[in-house]
Amino acid sequence: MPARSALRRFAAGFGRLPLKAKIGIAILSLFILVAIIGPAIAPYDPFANTTQATPGAPNGQHLLGTSATGGDILSQMLVGTRPTVILGLVTGLVATALSVVVGTAAGYLGGYADEILSLFSNVILVLPALPLLVVILGYLPHTGEVATAIVLSALGWPWGARVIRAQTLSMRNRDFVLAAREVGERPLRIILFELLPNQIGLIAASFVGTVLYAILTSVALAFIGVTNLNSWNYGVILYWAQNGSAVELGAWWWYVFPGLAVALLGMSLVLINFGLDELSNPRLRSSRVMNRIGRRSWRPADPTPVIREGMEAAL
Amino acid sequence: MRFIARRLAFYVAAVWAAVTVNFLIPRVMPGNAVDAILGKFQNLTPAVVKALEIQFGVGHKGSLVSQYFQYWNNVLHFNLGISTSQYPTHVSTIIGQTLPWTLALVGVATVLSFAIGTLLGVLAAWRRGGWLDRALPALTLLQATPYFFLALLVIYLFAIKLQWLPYGQGYALGLSPGLNWAFIHSAIQHSILPALTIIATSIGGWMLQMRNVMLTTISEDYILVAQAKGLSTRRVMFTYGARNAILPNIAGFALSLGFVVAGALVMEIVFSYPGVGLTLYNAVTSNDYPLLQGIFLVISLTVLTASLLADIAYAFADPRARSRSAF
Repeated sequence: MPARSALRRFAAGFGRLPLKAKIGIAILSLFILVAIIGPAIAPYDPFANTTQATPGAPNGQHLLGTSATGGDILSQMLVGTRPTVILGLVTGLVATALSVVVGTAAGYLGGYADEILSLFSNVILVLPALPLLVVILGYLPHTGEVATAIVLSALGWPWGARVIRAQTLSMRNRDFVLAAREVGERPLRIILFELLPNQIGLIAASFVGTVLYAILTSVALAFIGVTNLNSWNYGVILYWAQNGSAVELGAWWWYVFPGLAVALLGMSLVLINFGLDELSNPRLRSSRVMNRIGRRSWRPADPTPVIREGMEAAL
Repeated sequence: MRFIARRLAFYVAAVWAAVTVNFLIPRVMPGNAVDAILGKFQNLTPAVVKALEIQFGVGHKGSLVSQYFQYWNNVLHFNLGISTSQYPTHVSTIIGQTLPWTLALVGVATVLSFAIGTLLGVLAAWRRGGWLDRALPALTLLQATPYFFLALLVIYLFAIKLQWLPYGQGYALGLSPGLNWAFIHSAIQHSILPALTIIATSIGGWMLQMRNVMLTTISEDYILVAQAKGLSTRRVMFTYGARNAILPNIAGFALSLGFVVAGALVMEIVFSYPGVGLTLYNAVTSNDYPLLQGIFLVISLTVLTASLLADIAYAFADPRARSRSAF
């Protein structure tokens, strides 16, 4: 049965991942689950207002407390997860696609095309992104998720493009690429079927990094109020908390829970990237595995330890 | 010095891009400065509206090219227009008052974070598997925390609960800025918590990168030779190892500056620190477009200058950069 064997292969592949990546993927999956079912299981209407004038501490009715106007924080977070996650993933996809196109084009074509594309991406990279985002989005009359995702993608691709360009550059003169060229394959085919499959790890890492950038930046933008305040995401909740002087009032639940959610979401992405790093660079593997091999800390003069298949699984 | 010449050319291009983007945004985007004022003061006569439009350069007289040269002329004379929210103060005056606060705070905190993070990275790599190395993942996870969230926690814990340090504003009320001890003391006290927030969130990145490069460096043969010669550990660690491993960190400094500055700007808002970040926030909330654009321009130029300095430092640290052109 092909379906089951594919599932088993997937499970086996997951089992081989470093521990950090497993934890990261587990947390991220939880957030994606909440993004899907969150609005359906929210106990209250997140926009609901009551006449109360002070934020209410967490209690049986409101598990994570309420805002100053009586809005249920848990419901706001459950509803707000979806826009936050979707914005991050969409921006990650678009920006990574752009960086793959620009990176491989610059690396493979070389010459003036490379010079111009590299100059372009480096200029975008050194310009401070947040003030630029604020200026652009500040001019747009209806700053919503779509506008934010477009501008974030337009500014978020150069980092990945740089890395992918460097990798393409180092691969374009390897034997298998030269052989493909010798056989007479077209450049597009060489890029798609010879170069890209060898960069999957790099592209994945760049995607995860971009999603992290998109989530943190969009939350920061919403926190300053550069967003559509009529919808919910983590940044908007934090905006109202700051606006309602939650810190001065001691209403810690108002900003700690949404803030922790952002931190946890970001942490899962950082963990996944750590895992991807370790997967491609054995020297960075967890020191616990190293300890298990040598039963002591690894010293600089020692040879690089060899990690056999299955040792990480023992972790 | 071909390397530095190349980098200089690059930064000229970057400055050109920053100014040009700033020129184009208000001409491409809907909405303008006069609309923002009209929103604030209703019932203005058409003559007043006309006068305002002339004053803010709305309506864009002349061809795009002549406007563009006029704009460059203004920028070179630090004439960034007039703020609409603090009318009729010049944008350059407002930025002149707030920029020193941000420069001092973010500059000192960033340099400290870079220096301490790099040093800790060296130590973590040297004692691989030691306690510092094992604490590293926890530190880098702070990177995933939004700056402002950490800032909120720090304020709640140290300023409100424990009341160790003040927060809000750059100095205590009733003091006048100047070179006297009371003011300097108060200003330093007010900057400790914001600085700690910047350091805590950015130190992990420097540390991780330094550690990873250092791990690769210390497995090189020349490190083994140095140890075999009987050189002191400190000499091997710093002169042989760190000296070579630090290059990517310096190169990365220029590129990550934008992120650090962005985080610091938002942090200022939380602390009500009287810097550019807080001004940016006020400009956003009051739709003060001239001020927004002026701030973007000044922050860009500052970041570009700092990046250029980092690149020059790189050229001095890496002999290869001086001899061949580098990407």
